[in-house]
This record gives sequence, structure tokens and C-alpha cells, in this order.
Amino acid sequence: MTAASDRAWRLGLGLAAAGALAAFLGGVFVIFLVVAGAAPDFRALASDRYLRGVVLFTLEQAVLSALLSVMGAVPLALALHRARFPGKRAVLRLFLLPQALPVLVGALAILTIWGRSGLVSDVLAAIGLARLDIYGLSGILVAHVFFNLPLAARLMIAGLDRVPAESWKLAGQLSLSPLVTFRLVEWPALRSALPAAASLIFMLCATSFTLVLVLGGGPGATTLEVAIYQSLRYDFDPGRAITLSLTQIGLTAIVLWFTTRLGGDVTAGFGLGGRARRYDRQSRGRVALDTLVLAVGISFILAPFVAVVVRGLEADLARLLADPAVHRAAGTSVVIAVASALLSMLVSLAIVLAMEALRATRGKGAPRGRDAMRKVLETTTSLVLVVPPIVVGAGWFLALRQVTDVFAAAPYVVVATNAAMAVPFVVRIVGPALAAANRATGRLADSLGLVGLSRLRFVDWPVLRGPVALGFAFALAISLGDLGAIALFGSQDLVTLPYLLLQRMGSYRTADAAGLALILGILCLSLMALAERGLAPKGNAA
Amino acid sequence: MARNPFLTAPATRYLGLAAAVGLTAPLVLATGAGAEPTEPVLTIYTYESFTPEWGPGPKIEAGFEAVCECDLQFVGLEDGVAILNRLKLEGPSTGADIVLGLTADLIPEAKGTGMFASSGVDVSHLSVPTAFEDDVFVPYDYAYLAFVYDSEEITEPPTSLDDLVTGDPEVKIAIEDARTSTPGLGLMLWMKAIYGEEAADKWAQLSERILTVTPGWSEAYGLFTGGEVPMVLSYTTSPAYHMIEEGTDRYQAAAFAEGHYLQIEVAAMLRTTERQALAKRFLAYLLTAEVQSLIPTTNWTLPVRDDIDMPDAFGRLVAVETPLMIDPETVAANRRAWTQEWLQAIGR
Repeated sequence: MTAASDRAWRLGLGLAAAGALAAFLGGVFVIFLVVAGAAPDFRALASDRYLRGVVLFTLEQAVLSALLSVMGAVPLALALHRARFPGKRAVLRLFLLPQALPVLVGALAILTIWGRSGLVSDVLAAIGLARLDIYGLSGILVAHVFFNLPLAARLMIAGLDRVPAESWKLAGQLSLSPLVTFRLVEWPALRSALPAAASLIFMLCATSFTLVLVLGGGPGATTLEVAIYQSLRYDFDPGRAITLSLTQIGLTAIVLWFTTRLGGDVTAGFGLGGRARRYDRQSRGRVALDTLVLAVGISFILAPFVAVVVRGLEADLARLLADPAVHRAAGTSVVIAVASALLSMLVSLAIVLAMEALRATRGKGAPRGRDAMRKVLETTTSLVLVVPPIVVGAGWFLALRQVTDVFAAAPYVVVATNAAMAVPFVVRIVGPALAAANRATGRLADSLGLVGLSRLRFVDWPVLRGPVALGFAFALAISLGDLGAIALFGSQDLVTLPYLLLQRMGSYRTADAAGLALILGILCLSLMALAERGLAPKGNAA
Repeated sequence: MARNPFLTAPATRYLGLAAAVGLTAPLVLATGAGAEPTEPVLTIYTYESFTPEWGPGPKIEAGFEAVCECDLQFVGLEDGVAILNRLKLEGPSTGADIVLGLTADLIPEAKGTGMFASSGVDVSHLSVPTAFEDDVFVPYDYAYLAFVYDSEEITEPPTSLDDLVTGDPEVKIAIEDARTSTPGLGLMLWMKAIYGEEAADKWAQLSERILTVTPGWSEAYGLFTGGEVPMVLSYTTSPAYHMIEEGTDRYQAAAFAEGHYLQIEVAAMLRTTERQALAKRFLAYLLTAEVQSLIPTTNWTLPVRDDIDMPDAFGRLVAVETPLMIDPETVAANRRAWTQEWLQAIGR
């Protein structure tokens, strides 16, 4: 095998993976068109005042949420990167947990802190001030920042980690002031991570549903995702649902294109944290400032989790843990999460390797087509997040029942959907690590003629296993917390923990639901720790 | 030949493992369901709170299977609307023999699909309020919407809808969204039934009291029991759950002088079923005293027979004297326009 055929092989696999992803998600539009005869109609959309308002609000809250999360993440990432304290790894891992929290649990937990009768309101009332009223745009923003600021922080820490050790050493030797270090070393590193973080959070918030309705205070706060749900459910109008979905995808594509124009790599990604050694001058003032930032930032993120734990402990945990229904649901959740995390990893790795293969030729004056192809790969993996699960679910339901028993196929669809949802995250985690490694060792590997599986094993895998572990943990979290896919296909025989939680919540059993949320959180943390420990490079176990 | 490095290489080992587990794991989950019964299977689409071990589903299944020589299978979907949508997606080739759990509001839409057949069940002896009757859709339980309050927070609950609308805006309520939930739609119709043309103005006034509008019942009720809001849109029967299962009188429903909006739940047989006789038998079975006496403490709704021994707690619930219901045809014809009006009145 030659380097060229190696490249072709990687490209082929990557394109096949991306193609499968696009077919799985984009195929539903074709299915609707063919099976249900539902064609999109954009003219009706443009003349609808209600929908114009919905589109504007969707964009407004998503842009604000992304900006706030990113702005809040900058000082937190800087402080976390500088600071050394016990439990830092645990904190970084907790930063992944919001993704595993069913949104309803997250919303109620946020309200225990920020609600009208929440902790902060109680303190304010005790000192004679007015209680908080966060319902409205501010409530939506608080919730979105809680869910996404940790994500942005991890992206930025990754950016800081990619700063070469020499830069920190030099900054230390030159005794650069904090401001100068920020301007010369930290800011360029952060800046490269900004578009990736902002675009990811924008997409996550643009498709927000439950948080927007519960914390938005009323139907004045409605996103396109709500309108899509309404059109498919209450009006049963697939044509309208597709029109709205395509609008959502189109608008997001425009925003993505815009962020790539701002510079930086949209898929510049996450990292493992704590690799760089720093030689900053010790300064009392800055230590105090860092401590303050860390205290505020970490308590903002951890407080709702504390609420989940406290409420969970009030539940009858012993009974829940002995409940066979809980065992079955936990088992199903673990199997689905592990399967979809593995599938997601395979697809993402194929895509990432292909993206690298395309990038590697650029320096040699590669044709522009390759660059465009890489952009297409990038965009495909990102847009996954804005294809509404209810549309995907209904579409595949329609298609599958033409050929097979839907209930037998349900677990596959759930696994595939969960895997697809995690791809944008995993690509953002693994991609930058591989790119950095290729910059460092790619030419050497080429000149040694390392190709095929041996290149994968000796060159790529040692660099990738750390990020792969983190990406795997992320994919597990996303699948464990998922309700979108399972709710459409769920039957008596396919009940996951979040589904069971919602079922109990829906029949007055709120205490049980709180207990299940705690069990789900612990299960998720243990699985993530196991994955990271099992895959992490030896001697650097997470 | 030397030991093949690829077989033991970590990368390929993990990838191979990944592929193997990724492809076979769902199979494990899927095959659990496939024990082949020799008896005829009766498939029932219902809502998901019907099927858990504490719901009516398992008891009804055991009771009917003891006499029918058949296998009863429930498919739990989100709610009545989801059931109807599933039927529309599937069309005449649907796998359902029976649907159970549509609300009466959905009947015109359900009939519009042309997918249902006459039940052949005698419903004349039932005690459904407003004397609801239909030859296709069999009513099997009903419930009244009500505002449920926390008696530790509210000592003087509203005594009428008007009281609620004009009450202290600082005492907040949580309601459900009319676009996404059945009780939310019910409140919209309740207001319409009482206020007619003035409904929009009343909604604008009421909106001062509304802390938030949630997508479904679970979120609103979670806010209520979590202490975030002292009053919530639910059902007159909700307090019975807390009395019986939790032994507390803390949560009570407010009795409204104008009356309460009625939600009747119905079941029906599909025209395409190959087990008509069995399906008819099941619909009749739903109305037996055996099933009807399960309804109060499993579904937390009211039975459609008046000869059922009710638990004591049900005697302490709000007794509704004026059931309110807009006839389903009018609802079907106006739902879009009324929802639009509601959105504009409440949209903040």
C-alpha cells in the first residue's frame, strides 16, 4: 500500500461514513416526499406573521445564549487552566454531565436555585429584597448558559492545551505581565476555539424546546423546534413540518458559514486538560481573582447538580434500587448508550481521518475541490444537531414499516439516532488532536512509508486514545440522557432510564423521578470514568 | 510468520469490538420481545401512563387474558394525540386492533380518518356526564380539569373561574400549553365555554398570574410539587393520589362555581382488525365492574358506572355539579382560530 492509496482508503471510508450520516438524517425528507407526498412550501412560511416571530425569537435567544456562554467561559477557562487544585479532574468531568441530564430534570434543578422559591430568592427574601423572577428571556439564558458554558469552557481549555510548552516557558522567563501573557499567548489560543464553541452552542440552543417553554414563561417564547413539534403533532401537517425543519437547517447553515468566515476552525475542539505546564509569575492579586472566578463559575455549574443530589436522596432509593423495572431500564440504557457511543466513535473516526487526509494535501497545492470537500464533511457533521428528532423518528417509522416490524427495528433506530447526535461532539474532540499530531509527525510517517493499519496503530492511535476516551464519554452521556428518539419508538419492551423517569413524573411519582435522576447521574459518571480509565494512555489514567 | 500485530493492536481490537458490540447490542434488546404466542394477539395502542406496573394496563391484561384465550399487547404512545397521529402515519395497514385513550375532543378528527368501526357495545346504561354517547367510541373513564393548590400556601382558594382570573397576580399559577398538551387545550376550551367572545380579554387578565406555560402536564405538576408555584392546572382527582398514596391532604382542588371542563376518554375498534369479535369483547370488558373499579386508583380518573365502590378519598374530592364541554365538532372546526386567539392574548 502506498501513501496515495492509503489516503484514498481513508477518504473513501470517511466519505462513506458521512454519506451514511447524511442519508440517515436527510433521507427522512425524501421518505416524507415519497411515502406521504409532503412537499415543502416556503411561500406559506414567509407570509405567516406568527412564524416570522418564531424564527426571530429562535435566532435571538440562540445568539444571546451562545454569546453569553462563550463570554462566561473565557475567564473560567483561563482560571481553570492556570489553577492547580485537588478535584480538578472531577470538576472537568462534571462539566460533561449537563449533556446527560434529561432537560426536564435540568430545568427543575435550575429552578431550585434560581426560581421564585429557589435558593437565591430565599436568600434575597431573608435580607428583605424582592424574589427573583427569571421567567422570560433571562430564564432561558440562565438555563442555556448552565447547559453550555461548561461545554465552551472545555473547548477553550483544549485550545489553551494546544499552546506549545515553549510558549509558556518563554512567557515565564520573560516575566510577562498577566495582561501581556493574555494578549500574546492566551488570546490567540482562545480565539481559535471561539467559533467552534459559539457555533456548537448556537445549534444546541436554536433547537431548544422544553427549556424555552418552561423558563420562557409563555408562548411568547417559542422556537422553531416547538413549531415543528406542533405542526407534526397537533396539526399533523408533514409538509409544514418539513418546511420548518428545512428552514431551521438552512438558517443554521448560514450561521455556520458566517462563523467559519470569522476565522478559526469550526471543528476546533475539546481537550483533556491539564497537560501544559505553566510558569506564570505568582501574584497575589491574580490568585485572588482566579479563586473568585473559579468559585463563582464552578458553583454556578455545580449548584443545580447539588439540587439533583439533595432531591434524589429524599427519594426512597432503596426501593428504587430493588425495583426490577429500574434494573431493566438501567440495563437497556447502558446497552443503548454503549452501542451508540461505539457506533458514533466509528463514524466520527472515519470522518476525522478523512478530513485529515484532505487537509494533508493542502500544503502541496491541492486542488480547491478537496478543501471544499472537507468543508462539506465539516458541515454535514455539524448540521446533525439541527435536524429535529421528531421528524427523523416519524420519517424512519414510515419507511421501516414498509419493510419490517417497526418494534423489532426500534432499538436500531434509537442507537443510530443517538450515535448521530454525538458525532458533532466527537468530531470536535478527536479532530483537533489528530490535526495537531499530523502537523508534528505526519511528514516523518510519510517518509517512513507508514500506511494502512500500521500507521493507524503506531502513529494515529497513541495520539487519539486520550481524545477518543473523552469523546466516548461524551457520546455515552448524550445517549444516556436522550429522550427524543426513545419517546417515539418506546414500547413496553424498550424502556430506558430517562423514559422511566418521565413515565413516573407523568403519573404523580415526582419523588421516584428525583431518585431516578440521581441514579442516572451516578450511572453516567461511572460509565464515563470507566471509559476514560479503560482507554486513556497508560500512566495517564483519568 | 510472525505474530500478526494487527490482531492484538489496541486500535484494531477496539475497533473490532466496537463494530461487534455496535451491531449486535440492539439485537439483544430486540429479541427479548419476540416470544411467539400461539394465541391470537390483540394489539392496543394506548398512552404511556396506562401501561406501567402501577397503571391499569397490567391488571386489565391479566383479567382479560384469563377469559379470552388471547394475548393482549399494549403499545404505549405519548398521549391521545400521538395515538391518532400514529394511526394517520400507518394508514389502513395499521397494526392496531383497538385504540384506547383518545379524548372525546379528538373524535371528529378520528372519524375523519375513516379507520374506525362501530363498537356494537351497549353504552346506554353508563353514567357519563353530559350523557355522551357514540356508536363508535366507547367512553371508559372521565375526569374534570381543576386548579389544584397547595393548602400550606393558599388558605383562600378561588371559588370560581372569575375569581381565578381577577385574583391577586402575585399568587402565581402554572398552566400547560394549548398547542402541545391535552389539559392546556382543555383550559382554553374551558375559558371559551364560560367567556365566549370575551375569552381573549380574560386570558390577557389571567396572564398576569401565570408564572409559566409548560409543554406538558409533567413539567407543570413538577413545578407545583417542587414548591415553585402554589397552584397548577390539573384534575379534580389529583388530590386523591396524594391522599391515598402519600397519606396527605395538603394538595386540594379548587371548586369553581361556573363548573369544570370535562375530559372523556374513549376506546374504539379499527375497521381493519382481523379479530372483530375479540375486539368487541374487549371493549365490552372495559365497561365491566371489574375494570371500572380499577380505574380510580390506577388511572386516577372517574369510572363510567355509578355502581362502583369508590375509595373514601374520592368522597372528599370536589363534586362537580356543572360539567362543561364544547361539542367536539365545534372544537374541531375552531381549534386553529381559538389557538391563534389564545396565543395573541397570552403572548408576552
